[in-house]
Amino acid sequence: MKYMLLICVDDTIEPTAGDPTIEQWLAEVDGVRLDGSQLRSAQDATTVRRRGDEVLLTDGPFAETKEQIVGYDVVDCADLDEAIRIASRHPCARFGSVEVRPFFTG
Amino acid sequence: MTVGAEVSALFRAERGRIVATLIRLTGDWDLAEECVQDAFARALECWPRDGVPQRPGAWLTTTARNRALDRLRRAGVEAAKLGEVVAMPHDVPDEHDGIGDDLLRLIFTCCHPALTLQARVALTLRTVAGLTAAEIARAFLVPEATMTKRLVRARQKIRNARIPYRVPPAHLLPERTAGVLGVLYLLFNEGYAAGGGAELLRRELCAEAIRLARTLVALLPDEPEAVGLLALTLVQDSRRDARFDRAGDLVPLDRQDRTRWDHAQVEEGVALLDAALRRGRPGPYQVQAAIAACHATATRAEDTDWPQIALLYGELLKLVPSPVVRLNRAVAVAMVDGPAAGLALVDELADGITGHLLPATRADLLRRLGREAEARAAYERARDLAPTDVERRHLARLVNARSGGVRR
Repeated sequence: MKYMLLICVDDTIEPTAGDPTIEQWLAEVDGVRLDGSQLRSAQDATTVRRRGDEVLLTDGPFAETKEQIVGYDVVDCADLDEAIRIASRHPCARFGSVEVRPFFTG
Repeated sequence: MTVGAEVSALFRAERGRIVATLIRLTGDWDLAEECVQDAFARALECWPRDGVPQRPGAWLTTTARNRALDRLRRAGVEAAKLGEVVAMPHDVPDEHDGIGDDLLRLIFTCCHPALTLQARVALTLRTVAGLTAAEIARAFLVPEATMTKRLVRARQKIRNARIPYRVPPAHLLPERTAGVLGVLYLLFNEGYAAGGGAELLRRELCAEAIRLARTLVALLPDEPEAVGLLALTLVQDSRRDARFDRAGDLVPLDRQDRTRWDHAQVEEGVALLDAALRRGRPGPYQVQAAIAACHATATRAEDTDWPQIALLYGELLKLVPSPVVRLNRAVAVAMVDGPAAGLALVDELADGITGHLLPATRADLLRRLGREAEARAAYERARDLAPTDVERRHLARLVNARSGGVRR
């Protein structure tokens, strides 16, 4: 089963020194993680909506919240428990949050 | 016993386990429930004519399985996928030799922490206990459509997010077991809370919580906290007939007619608790059961061992450092060291706790200190915050008892 991990962080918060690094996590999920990337800041985002013939653009992310998506990972897990375990070990889970979303198809 | 009575007794005792087995075999919660329902309907048809089979549980499981197989075949499910359902032995044992694992699997899945607490409670009542969506909706005072939607959504999430259908592995078991106990305790409290109209339904919830706790104890015999929860619910529930007067008004613990308590149930609870405590792994439910037992084993209110209760609340506070526990400890301390000592502890809590419990407790302590005007104000505040009519009426009487400067 494929899950998308959406990594959400309030970017005013700095990680604590000594926390596990992303490199350590990547090594841990080797073989389970299919894809993923860091994303540029939500300040660089453009939100696109189309209403009728009009294309509406907004500077910024679709939701103005403190926590913003800063990256994603696609993992292939046996079940939700495994995905939760992997998400809970992501360094950003310590100070931000990780949303675990199943893919439509396995 | 008539066949009808026998079938309904089996429904209570066996339905959850059979549904659990069918879910494991088919992976489809709706199909499992429907087929088990059908099997019970067939029993009502056949048994009066053919007699009750020797092993009715096995008969029901097999009938439900055949029904599922039939429906899957008709829906054109490929043979490969039918494999496991077909492979199930025709002659299934109906004793608890390992087949209780299915029930345990079901309970853990219904109580999975990725579901909301509301959904966990609803799903447990629906799938394990076999209550209808309408019954659960009435118990929780929500429209039936809301409850149906909640159940549908929970099952969808189990399927779509692939919440595993299993007893959690060892490293997850302690926290997941605590989660299951939490759901059962919430269920019990929902029934135990003083609620207006649906009194019978509330009693049913308590009985269901106790039944599920019993099941869990049978399935997890090495978990003293499960035993602690069962003991706690048994002892609390023993007071059910004495907690309300004829008018449906709340009777405080110290004024209850103790002869109307269910003493056999107290005895069972206390014996279970003793056995659990001997294992030397105390936890919040065992400690709360011990507190409940102190109350339940006092012949008269004035015989209550308050020093022991105060001590136990101190222990509980170490395990569960919550404002409600601190408030309860203050009440016990007031009984040991006097209302002034209790009031000092209550006032330390200040705004740490919302709702009517804090002002109601303060009011009672102020009354005992003879500070009537302050007591009245606190009772009024408690009355305004009380969540149920029964509690509001009770507190309003206490307000009225001290109006116009009249002292009792």
